Amino acid sequence: MKPTPSAPPATIENSIFSPALASRFDKLVTLYPMRRSALVPMLLYAQDEIGYLSDAAIAEIGQRIGITELEVRNVLTYYSMLRTRPIGKFNVQVCTNISCMLRGAYDLFEHCERRLGIGHKQTTQDGIFSLEEVECIGACSWAPAVQVNYDFHENLTAEKMDAVLESYRGKAGE
Amino acid sequence: MPTLVSHPDEVKIVSSRFGQGATEIDRYLELGGYESVRKAIEQGPDWIIAQMKASNLRGRGGAGFPTGMKWSFVPKNDKAKYVLVNGDESEPGTCKDHLIFLHDPHAVIEGTIIAGLAIGAKTGFIYLRGEYRYLLKIMEKAIADAYAKGFLGKGIFGSQFDFEVISQTGAGAYEVGEESALMESLEGKRGIPRIKPPFPAVVGLYGGPTVINNAETIATVPHILRMGAEAYAKVGSERNGGTRLFCISGHCERNGVYELPMGYNLKKLIYEVGGGIRGGRQLKAVVPGGSSTPVLLPNEIDIGLDFDQVGKAGSMLGSGGVVVLDDTVCMVEFALRTMQFYQHESCGWCIPCREGTDWLRKTLARFHAGAGEARDIDNIQYLAENMLGRTFCPLGDAAAMPTIAFVKKFRQEFEDHLNGKPCPSAKHPVDELVGA
Repeated sequence: MKPTPSAPPATIENSIFSPALASRFDKLVTLYPMRRSALVPMLLYAQDEIGYLSDAAIAEIGQRIGITELEVRNVLTYYSMLRTRPIGKFNVQVCTNISCMLRGAYDLFEHCERRLGIGHKQTTQDGIFSLEEVECIGACSWAPAVQVNYDFHENLTAEKMDAVLESYRGKAGE
Repeated sequence: MPTLVSHPDEVKIVSSRFGQGATEIDRYLELGGYESVRKAIEQGPDWIIAQMKASNLRGRGGAGFPTGMKWSFVPKNDKAKYVLVNGDESEPGTCKDHLIFLHDPHAVIEGTIIAGLAIGAKTGFIYLRGEYRYLLKIMEKAIADAYAKGFLGKGIFGSQFDFEVISQTGAGAYEVGEESALMESLEGKRGIPRIKPPFPAVVGLYGGPTVINNAETIATVPHILRMGAEAYAKVGSERNGGTRLFCISGHCERNGVYELPMGYNLKKLIYEVGGGIRGGRQLKAVVPGGSSTPVLLPNEIDIGLDFDQVGKAGSMLGSGGVVVLDDTVCMVEFALRTMQFYQHESCGWCIPCREGTDWLRKTLARFHAGAGEARDIDNIQYLAENMLGRTFCPLGDAAAMPTIAFVKKFRQEFEDHLNGKPCPSAKHPVDELVGA
């Protein structure tokens, strides 16, 4: 598949991404036997940098790989970690799947709701926190477990959760 | 950081380097690392496959397919071949690959190279689930260190073989743990399963023959060549070689990941290794191998944990995730939470799974909230039975099998919900649950 002819080639200079990420993308698309293999990692890295997958990000990624925006959207809507709208700086993901549920994950989730004043897939007004109930995150023997962005927090209690949230609140100003 | 546990009954093979600083390549070498791959280069592919067959190693992802046999199915043609390591660990109850990537990434790389030598592949992919980003960083550093030493790239270990390894993550999808959906994802597509045959060993990634193994399986490979296939096989039970990482979760006193010989008694695992049920409570049920495996009752757990014995007991060894439930658990709620997961993760490609999981979730939610009807119980059973074997990939079975067992083994508890005894753990009004 060839890029649509009208779009100018994405270069480090005209990219919407940082020069570091743009040059990383340049390498990533040549790494695999097929450019398209880089798609899922690119979407995730783009989201890490700008917080969500904006129309411009989707367009540039499609162009870099040589597929249409529609094809990019077709893929990204499949994956639960990818999003097309901005969320809070810290995404608090509480696992409530079986192993965590047995160790009080629903109480922990409700505790987070009360503490943050928001529900599932909502964001605090100051934009610092989002809250999400998620499926198994692979920390079953250390349940209940929570992921804040990519960081794991295990063997949680309400008190420990408060400390975790406070530590992120402290980081929010940085 | 996940806590490491230990018990005297453990036989530490795959976990022998956990907590030993083996993420550093020099430390890994001190601990005997990369010796097996050198041996494998000397001895050649036929020897490697013979060793794997003799070891009785069976796939640790859950299906338990003999690894040596899987490798021997790869045709000897000129097509580009691939090794794909499945580290998409997403089966609820399972967190063993998490520890392997965290503590022993070079074992995964070494196993990948050996698999590549065995089947004639020049490229290996290590695919981690998207949530494991911090583990990808560890993996990427390990790969870069291996390249710097000449263990990867052109002429590995000074031989005439070239081998490249690429690691990446997914972006959140249980379904991608299914091998053909995994290949789709790696090709930059939605993780929708492919119809089989052709099997990946013949037509896999990019159309080339591909061996797909679970991360624990691959991390075991160097240990087998190091200690000898017969010695490894002898650790386990009949036709079930070696050890396995069992992840105890739920209501045991000492939850954790323990490495025990295949065939280790499940009752002992719970009461001795896991320290028994918390606060001296009664055991109610055990999910022996991840959420998709049928539940076992307390009188069914005096069995050896290997693929054959757990299968004979009507369940499956699965992914090694042993979920322990005490007498405080409402089984209807547990069945509902399990189904909620499968409904969320169903890729929607085939109808029995897409519709079946949704109907089952809604019915279980209504039932659990106290608005069930007598016919619902049989209907749940009927729906689940009609999903079995009728879907493109095993996700439909994974949702149906535990549901059938929950109804069959805890029918009384379902009936209690009907008889004016709404579940005490129901905290939400019916409408909220049904609409959820």
